[in-house]
Amino acid sequence: MAGLAAAFGSGAMTNAVSELELSDTIFIIGSNTATSHPLVATRIFRAIENGGKVIVADPRKNQIADFAELYIQHNLGTDVALLNGMMRVILDKNLQDDTFIAENTEAFQAFKDALDDFSVEEASQITGVSVADIETLATLYAEAGSASIVYCMGITQHTTGVDNVKSLANLAMLTGNIGKLGSGVNPLRGQNNVQGACDMGALPNVYTGYQPVTLGPANKKFAQAWGVDELPSNIGLTLPEMLSGIEKDEVKALWIMGENPVVSDPDANHVVKALEKVELLIVQDIFLTPTAKLADVVLPGTSFAEKDGTFANTERRVTRVRKAVDPVGDSKPDWEIIQDISNRFGFEMTYTSPQEIFDEIASLTPSYAGISYDRLEGPGLQWPCPTKEHPGTPFLHKDGKFTRGKGLFHAIGHKPPNEVVDDEYPFWMTTGRVYAHYHTGTMTRNSESLDFEVREGFLEMNPADAKTLDVCDGSQVKMASRRGEILTKIMITERVSPGLVFMPFHFEEANVNKLTNPAFDPIAKIPEFKVCAVKLEKA
Amino acid sequence: MDYRNTLTTCTYCGCGCNFFLESLDGKLTGTIPCKTSPVNEGKLCIKGWNVHQFVQSERRLKQPLLRKNGELTEVSWEEALAFTASKLKEIKEANGSDAIGFFASAKVTNEENYLMQKFARAAIGTNNVDHCARL
Repeated sequence: MAGLAAAFGSGAMTNAVSELELSDTIFIIGSNTATSHPLVATRIFRAIENGGKVIVADPRKNQIADFAELYIQHNLGTDVALLNGMMRVILDKNLQDDTFIAENTEAFQAFKDALDDFSVEEASQITGVSVADIETLATLYAEAGSASIVYCMGITQHTTGVDNVKSLANLAMLTGNIGKLGSGVNPLRGQNNVQGACDMGALPNVYTGYQPVTLGPANKKFAQAWGVDELPSNIGLTLPEMLSGIEKDEVKALWIMGENPVVSDPDANHVVKALEKVELLIVQDIFLTPTAKLADVVLPGTSFAEKDGTFANTERRVTRVRKAVDPVGDSKPDWEIIQDISNRFGFEMTYTSPQEIFDEIASLTPSYAGISYDRLEGPGLQWPCPTKEHPGTPFLHKDGKFTRGKGLFHAIGHKPPNEVVDDEYPFWMTTGRVYAHYHTGTMTRNSESLDFEVREGFLEMNPADAKTLDVCDGSQVKMASRRGEILTKIMITERVSPGLVFMPFHFEEANVNKLTNPAFDPIAKIPEFKVCAVKLEKA
Repeated sequence: MDYRNTLTTCTYCGCGCNFFLESLDGKLTGTIPCKTSPVNEGKLCIKGWNVHQFVQSERRLKQPLLRKNGELTEVSWEEALAFTASKLKEIKEANGSDAIGFFASAKVTNEENYLMQKFARAAIGTNNVDHCARL
């Protein structure tokens, strides 16, 4: 999100999901949309029915690639080179939108100068994609009446994640494909309420609605509203920084609510060591996850079906969550647990319902100010929604009026991934999801029907590599990186090219995150889950 | 017989599909997609259709657990909450506010995320709050 915020002034999806149906061209890069966001994929299929074209670039040939006008299988970790190659073509063919650039953007010249000594041939060499394909890709995108970009973790989970996103923003601005119906840059949020958690200030640098914690009017406003003399104004630690803080004896207590870092975080062995070391580990969850098993105290929260509240989806739409059944056993809604601990800690909280908490949020958050439970009885509201009368905002940056004023071009060059293959670790490895499971599998693997669909982890391997390793479908292999090793079954498939393997991360007993690289993007601090080097042998 | 349909929002991915959870005498029995939802317009994916199944799983945590002599042991809420609050106080006094960190969650509600960061910032006095947006 940092990349989009830098370019446009706002880090969220610029369009409503339904608008994808209206796009002439949808460029999907680093998103396994049909598997990970099935109901977004539905809109993309409808766009195809409406005569639109889909172009897909992904190192692994995911399901939606089967429906693409053009599918590009570029090398792992070469997104910037591919995008710069496309933009080189657009400039060479004079397909850019000069009026849009002149009226609505800044720093274009610096961006253009940086591209001057980069050729399509170089892009082809780095990405492994033919010059002709890069040209077609660029032309299909640039010549569309309205083009949308859809991306996901395949773009962000890299040490160059922010560079990748800024390059996508460059591409959209270069062709004026932003701030229009059916035309924009759309990061799909992976988790149901990741947008909401960010909106609510569950981040080390901002309060709700992205108001900065550093000294200023927001800091004062929140201190007053919360009835304290002062609030900390130093930027806090990110999740990986808290874990390394434990090793350095700087962090002594960790309260984890509804997360399972032992399975979800890179370099899992390292995470376990940190969680074993921390003096106090509080875990609040609905199942006894591998993370909860390490806790000093485990607090049973409730699932979404047992409490009231709101979520914000990937298109900034706030909708209601309603209690359908009573909590199981003695479990309690998470807000009640936090309030109970706060009161015992000596900081008084007296909320009687989530609605009361929401009203406090709206009173402190300009982009949520017009939202209230009674207005959420219908289809929900998309923020910004600044007043009680405001209808919400389906798409951002309308008519080239960016949240930050003018859209900002960034001059970006290709950088290789943090870890590259060598003689000892000759295979590229990438991770992702499968259709029947979700994240660390805490919920889906406890669902009978979904567990029945896919019961165990597997490694996707190209037939040529399987032949070299002398393994067949279902064989066990030992896979190791510099950080750990696991045993897994293999699935032979041409979805991955020779030299590349793919593994889903839902399965704790074959936890691929023991192998992934914790090196992270310097700005967004997102680890490079999508690229590491591994070695394989028959087990 | 108490049969209900409760309109709500999915807990899996960021699509945010709406559906009715079907319950009979307090037991979840099914999921019915919401036709008027602008997000999913009456459709659901395989995860959505089966989302009611994990909620009342036998494996759910039903009681607070506290580590005693190395083992996680079932305790009362009173004991678990008192332990948690007093340990947090002790660590804050001994090591300062920034020795405490919070992982909020992309799985819980807005209201719950808001409350956790409020507790971290106003009660503990630290901005060490993050969640798995990066994962």
